[in-house]
Amino acid sequence: MKKKTTAIVISQKNLAPGIFDMWLETDLAENAHAGQFVGVYTEDKSLLLPRPISICEVDHEKNAIRIVYRVAGRGTDEFSKYSAGEKVKLLGVLGNGYDIGKLLGKSVVLMGGGIGIPPMLELAKEINAHNEALTDGDKMKVSIVLGYRDSMTFLKEDFEKYGKVYIASEDGSVGTKGNVMNVMASEGSDGESADKTADNEDTIKADIICACGPMPMLRAIKVYAEEKQIPAYISLEERMACGVGACLGCVVKTKEVDHHSHVNNARICTDGPVFAAEDVDI
Amino acid sequence: MNTEIEIAGVKWKNPVTVGSGTFGSGMEYDEFIDLNRLGAITTKGVANVPWPGNPTPRVTEVYGGMLNAIGLQNPGIDVFCERDLKFLEKYDTRVIVNVCGKSIQDYVDVVERLSDEKKVDMLEINVSCPNVKEGAIAFGQKAEALTEITKEIKNHAKQPIIMKLSPNVTDITEMARAAEAAGADALSLINTITGMKIDINRRTFALANKTGGMSGPAIKPVAVRMVYQVAQAVKIPIIGMGGISNAEDALEFILAGASAVSVGAANFINPYATVEVINGIEEYMKKNHVEDIKELIGAVR
Repeated sequence: MKKKTTAIVISQKNLAPGIFDMWLETDLAENAHAGQFVGVYTEDKSLLLPRPISICEVDHEKNAIRIVYRVAGRGTDEFSKYSAGEKVKLLGVLGNGYDIGKLLGKSVVLMGGGIGIPPMLELAKEINAHNEALTDGDKMKVSIVLGYRDSMTFLKEDFEKYGKVYIASEDGSVGTKGNVMNVMASEGSDGESADKTADNEDTIKADIICACGPMPMLRAIKVYAEEKQIPAYISLEERMACGVGACLGCVVKTKEVDHHSHVNNARICTDGPVFAAEDVDI
Repeated sequence: MNTEIEIAGVKWKNPVTVGSGTFGSGMEYDEFIDLNRLGAITTKGVANVPWPGNPTPRVTEVYGGMLNAIGLQNPGIDVFCERDLKFLEKYDTRVIVNVCGKSIQDYVDVVERLSDEKKVDMLEINVSCPNVKEGAIAFGQKAEALTEITKEIKNHAKQPIIMKLSPNVTDITEMARAAEAAGADALSLINTITGMKIDINRRTFALANKTGGMSGPAIKPVAVRMVYQVAQAVKIPIIGMGGISNAEDALEFILAGASAVSVGAANFINPYATVEVINGIEEYMKKNHVEDIKELIGAVR
């Protein structure tokens, strides 16, 4: 059940220029999972709307969620100044999240680009936790591809706990120069550096892709997935007001008539933010 | 203590409803609040056929408020009757259906379709949405056009009709008088104020539609002023709205002459806003020994 509630800041640190990492104690953690988001309220009353921020990690034992966010304006700038013990109002838990049931037994590639990287961490963690309880046939193999601007590779060490991490950087300072698609072009199981005659363990096998990142990256993933005829689940972002599906502000065009709106529009906040790439027109 | 009010013969248990388009048909807020608490639910605008609405971005925040240019996306009257009205049947609250269209005939089609729907208590006619190219505001900015559409809808409507007025006019009292003379049973005001925001970094408009309707606390003084002016100009009841976030705001509108009030953009910020407004009005009445809410309506002249 969604609600507006008060959380308490457990910790906050600066991961990279403009990128902040905040743990919040909140009972919203109970029902939170990968791919969902919360609305974070500012104390500045001239800024009214909750800021939609993805959940980077959930700690059910500590009743806490982690958000890793970029300072993009006055609201997020205010959040970045919060310290342990301060109160923050949240609206949550919002959105559908990733469906791990669709990933069972598959080689899953998790792709994050820029500030789309954080939500992939909780997904990696949940897949890992599921694997421990699954029989071999249902276990998932995880490859993680992260695209950064430069050498400030925030969260990289966190991801390394859950699978092999491949890095791309726009300036070429670490990993493959370019973006996540450049990594797939060189490291993919049919990529340039793969030994196509052998079952090469070092290449990225992609039965299915889960991704979050900027729109050009998601468009490229949609094209890639269609070419390879594999499913891709992408998490979308749009300006939103209510966050709960009422205002119809944050829609994405859909291939088919949407079951709720009865037009070719789905609500990102409620029907998403995670969509099958083939279902949306981006 | 009596919070009941009456508009065009329809009794509401309290004077609080929601701004059309800020609350869907209530489904999305059902998990936050008890919808039975509301005096009435005003639905998102519905047309004779589904409308896809405008491209995104459709919303943006501004100082003390927001701009929207949704473009009246709606599933069409058939789905609305089968799904939304069916959902609303479970609740003990009045139902006001907001009706939109591109031509007078579009409006009439919807109004006629709703005439046998028992759950529909009132119709609110949207002649003031600033975000669609055809219809809507085209009928709400000229007195002659407003007169014509009001008469035509009144001829076909079984339920009382509320004409929703735009603030984007030179003299809102002229529009109010025209609607009253043409047979409107009540008025609701104000719809959003047309605004614009420019993204200086991208050197583009913040909204795909370029302009959008402004709502939120920043517009409240304009809305209170217009409600007051209209209350002096007409005898039919007024549903006041524009920036109401709490009971104090709602009471300003009631004292200015509104018989009822709508909570709009505040729902997006605080999903409990409507119930807080209802509770706050009751507390104010207790504290100030007001026996009947009707004592407050238009009490400030």
